Amino acid sequence: MRIVEFDRIKEAVCAMCGQAACDLPDDVLEALKNARQKEHSELGREFFDQYLQNSEIARKERLPLCQDTGFAVFFIKMGSEVMIDHGTVSEAVNAGVREGYKKFFLRKSIVADPLFERKNTFDNTPAVIHLEQVPGDKLHITLAPKGGGSENMSALRMLKPSEGRQGVVDFVVNAVTSAGGNPCPPTIVGVGIGGTMEYAAYMAKKALLRKAGEHSSDDRYAQLEAEILEKINASGVGPQGLGGEITALAVNIEFHPCHLASMPVAVNLNCHTARHAEVEL
Amino acid sequence: MKKVLHTPFSESDIRALKAGDRVVLSGTVYTGRDAAHKRLCAMLDNGETLPVDLAGQAIYFVGPCPAPPGRPIGSAGPTTSGRMDAYSPRIIRQCGLRAMIGKGDRGEGVKEAMKEAGCVYFAATGGAGALIANSIIEAEVVAFDDLGPEAIYKLELKELPLVVAIDAEGNSLY
Repeated sequence: MRIVEFDRIKEAVCAMCGQAACDLPDDVLEALKNARQKEHSELGREFFDQYLQNSEIARKERLPLCQDTGFAVFFIKMGSEVMIDHGTVSEAVNAGVREGYKKFFLRKSIVADPLFERKNTFDNTPAVIHLEQVPGDKLHITLAPKGGGSENMSALRMLKPSEGRQGVVDFVVNAVTSAGGNPCPPTIVGVGIGGTMEYAAYMAKKALLRKAGEHSSDDRYAQLEAEILEKINASGVGPQGLGGEITALAVNIEFHPCHLASMPVAVNLNCHTARHAEVEL
Repeated sequence: MKKVLHTPFSESDIRALKAGDRVVLSGTVYTGRDAAHKRLCAMLDNGETLPVDLAGQAIYFVGPCPAPPGRPIGSAGPTTSGRMDAYSPRIIRQCGLRAMIGKGDRGEGVKEAMKEAGCVYFAATGGAGALIANSIIEAEVVAFDDLGPEAIYKLELKELPLVVAIDAEGNSLY
């Protein structure tokens, strides 16, 4: 067994909160620069220039890229030989979020009750934590802060298997284009196909973590990604929904075995400020 | 060419703007998101005086990050305006609001009120919160402090770049 200290997890998470909020990952930056070259709309290009300027200011002045510093969503791979000296991984992560959102002046965006009081918890907890056990003695933590504007444009449908490939294309393209400017396009489109209802949604979110420019390792799904991306970008929604060629930067599909009666499809969008940070302890 | 604008606005200032115009805006604006709008409308229902006078003014749909030391405000980009569609027509008609700043399309009810009363909708750049923060030179909470980031702030803008997304004739870039 290998002991990982509670405080070490907490401190790592705290640092990641600041890093994720202020430093746009290089792959996203590169994708934005490439997309700007392809954008013909004059206004669209102005928006791309502002995105790039924004990322420079955020990095240099340590200001969050976006005021919506998000729901703190974690994907954690915990080695089966890892033990924490006290408490649980969830407690350590929440302690790190509480400290990080305060220390780096990030917005606290979580309300305690979704329907009635909607009172802010004022420390951005609780985080959403997806925990997976893997072989080995390492603890791998990925933080993907998720803004509300893009999250609100999510979609899920239990398609009939007979609707097939075309059914998936139509559903995803429609979800993205009908979202218009709300999710801050150009977006990264996460798609989960298969599994159960909640597992499809989980895959759609997980798909957002893929590095920009990487495609599905399965050729059939990689082709599907390309076709959906082309159709989305032919819609003319454009940057900020104000017209142009580039509505999405990437379409990332994850898939999973499913019930013989079902074909769940979930869509989760990430704004152009596609933030994530990771650490291995 | 960018049009240089300063708040407060007259009706003729607003009716002269056309969808697609690039603008730089300076002067005082008030922030407000759905929670603040809901309270403002409840106060109107009860015949109470609102904590801010919105006549001729602009509301910026934003919930900013806390101000780091030495700065008036943290990151401060626009939120999705559609969530205010339930409240905006009333604020426009009853309070004399002349401009809204946000991101994303607006509903028909909002556009009707904008045409009728003379109000414009500016798009700020969603996801450019750090850049926008550099156009905000002063900030103070003026109402609903308990709402945290959703409180009403009074902001002093200096040359904030915007686009007229929907004008007072109902022409829209969306």
